[in-house]
Amino acid sequence: MINDKVSLKFHFHIKRHRKINRSMAGNVTLFIFMGIAGIFMAIPLVFVVSNAFKPLDELFRYPPTLFPRHITTNNFSDLFVLMSNSWVPFSRYILNTIIITGGGTLGHVIVASLAAYPLAKHDFPGKNLLFSMVVLSLMFTWQVTQVPNYLIISKLGINNTYLAVILPAFAYGLGLYLMKQFMEQIPDSLLESARLDGASEFRIFWSIVMPNVKPAWLTLAILQFQTMWGNTGSQFLRDEQLKPLQYALFQIVNSGPARQGAAAVVTLIIAAVPIIFFLIFNSSIIETMTTSGMKE
Amino acid sequence: MNQVDVALDQPMINVERRHRDEWSLKAKIIKNKTSYIMIAPYFILFFLFTVLPVLMSMALSFTNFNVLESPKFIGWNNYIRAFLEDDVFRIAIRNTLIFAVITGPISYVMCLLFAWMINEFNGKLRTFLTLIFYAPSISGNAYVIWNYVLRGDRYGILNGILLSLNIINAPIVWMKTEKYVMTFLIIVQLWLSLGTGFLTFIAGLQTIDKSMYEAAAIDGIKNRWQELWYVTLPSMKPQLLFGAVMQITQSFAVADISIQLAGNPSVNYSGATIVTHLMDYGSIRYEMGYASAIATILFLLMVGSNKLIGKLLRRVGN
Repeated sequence: MINDKVSLKFHFHIKRHRKINRSMAGNVTLFIFMGIAGIFMAIPLVFVVSNAFKPLDELFRYPPTLFPRHITTNNFSDLFVLMSNSWVPFSRYILNTIIITGGGTLGHVIVASLAAYPLAKHDFPGKNLLFSMVVLSLMFTWQVTQVPNYLIISKLGINNTYLAVILPAFAYGLGLYLMKQFMEQIPDSLLESARLDGASEFRIFWSIVMPNVKPAWLTLAILQFQTMWGNTGSQFLRDEQLKPLQYALFQIVNSGPARQGAAAVVTLIIAAVPIIFFLIFNSSIIETMTTSGMKE
Repeated sequence: MNQVDVALDQPMINVERRHRDEWSLKAKIIKNKTSYIMIAPYFILFFLFTVLPVLMSMALSFTNFNVLESPKFIGWNNYIRAFLEDDVFRIAIRNTLIFAVITGPISYVMCLLFAWMINEFNGKLRTFLTLIFYAPSISGNAYVIWNYVLRGDRYGILNGILLSLNIINAPIVWMKTEKYVMTFLIIVQLWLSLGTGFLTFIAGLQTIDKSMYEAAAIDGIKNRWQELWYVTLPSMKPQLLFGAVMQITQSFAVADISIQLAGNPSVNYSGATIVTHLMDYGSIRYEMGYASAIATILFLLMVGSNKLIGKLLRRVGN
C-alpha cells in the first residue's frame, strides 16, 4: 500500500520531469512539422509499395492515384514468368548475391574487427598514422579510386571472379572506424585480468572483446550488407553466370513500359530487404552510432 | 665560442638519439608483433584497394594512359585540358559545387533537426519516425520511383497534380528541360541524404545526460531552442564532426541519381557532375589518364572541404 503510493508519486515525478521547458504550442508545432516532413519523405516509398500492387493500366492513369483501386498480384506473377524465362536461371543470380553479400559482409566484419581491436586497445608505433589514414578514407568516395582499382584487380588476376567484388569490400573504412570507436569503451581492467590469466591476444579478442561489442558487429554487418546488396558488380563481373540479383533486377527495371508492373515489384524488393534488416537491428545500430563521434 | 660548440655538438646528439630511437622502435615493433599480425589482413587490403589507388590515380593523371598503349608522361596537360578546354567539365564542376554548397549544408541541418525532433518522441513512434526518414537512404535504387513522379507526360505524378489544379495546361518534360534538372536533382538528393550522419545524431542525442537538462533549467534555460543551443549541441560535438564528414563526402559524389533521372549525358549536360564526367571518361571512353586527373581533382575537393569544415566546426563553442 505504502509502496504503491511511493511508486505512483515517483512515476508522477518522472512524468512531470520530462516536461521541463516543453510548451504546448511547441509540441503542436513539432507534431505538425514532423507530419509534413514525414509525408514528404514517405510518399515516394508509398508509391514504391502501391505501384507493385497496381494493374498496368493504373500505372498509366490520369490523374495518377496514390493507392491502387484494384489490388492485383499480377505484377508478382509477371516477375516470376520473366524470371523463369531468363537466359541464366534466376536461382543463379540469387546464389551469386548470397555469395557476394555473404562473403563481403562476413569477411569485412572479421577483418575490420580484428584490426580495430589493436587500434583501440594496444599501443604500438604507427597506430595513429594508420588510423588517421582510415579517417581520411571516409572523406572521399569509391569513385575516386575506380580507375586504378580496375587496373589493380586485373593485375591480381581476379577480374571477372567473385573476389573482385568481395575482396575490396573487406577493407572499407567506415566499418573499421565505427568498430574501433566502439571498442574503446571496453574497460581495460577486463582485458588486463584476462591477460593475467594467461590468455593470448587472439583469445582475448575472440572470447572477451567480440562478445562485448555485439551491437557494433551487428551494425557493421547491416551497413556492409546494404552496400553489398546495392552492388551490381557490373564493373568487374562480365560473365552472366557471376552477376548478382541486383544486376538482373535492374535489367527488368530498364526493359521498357510493358514490364512496368514487374519493374515496380523489383523496386519494392530492392528497397524492402535493407529496410527490413534495419528494422530488426535498429537498436544495435543506434547503440553503435553513439560512439561514432570524431574526437580530433 | 659557446655557440659554435653547441652547433658542433648538435649533430652528434641527433645521430645518437636517432640511433637509440631506431633501436627502440625496432624493439617496440617486435614487442607488439601480435598487434601487427592482427591488423595485417585489413591494412594489406586497405593499402591495396584504397591507398595505392589514390597514389596511382595521382601518378596516372600526368599521363595519357588509355589502357591500350603504355602511359606517356604529359605533365599538366590533363589538368590544363580540364580547366581550360573541357566545357562539360566546367559544367560538371559547377553542378558539383552547387550540390556541395546547397545539399551539403541543408542535408546536414536536416539530419540534425529531424534527429533532434525525433528525439522528442518516445518508444515505437520514435522508431517509426527514424525508419521513415532513414529508409530512403538505404532503399538501394528505389529513387527510380522519382521517374514516376517526374515523368514528362500527363501520367507523371507531378504533372498530374499540376494539371488537375490548372496550374499548368500542358505536361512539362521536367527532366529534359534544362532549367528544372538541377532543382529536382537537389530535391531527390535531399530526400536520399538522411543516412549515416542522421543515425549518428539520433544516437548522440540519446547519450546526453538527462541531468544536464535539469541543471540547465535551474540555470534559466527557458525553452527547447535554448536547450538545443546551449546544452545539446555543445555536448555532441564529436558526432557533429562525424556527421559533417558523412554529409559533405556524400554531397560531392552525386552521380547515380543524375544518370537515372536525367540520363547520361543529360540534356545539354545540365545534370553532369564530376563523378558522371569521371565515369564517362573512365568506363566509356577509356581515357584513363584524363579520368585520373578528374578523380584527383575530386579527391582534393572532397578531402579539402572536409578538412576545412572540420576546422570550422572544431572552433564552434571554443
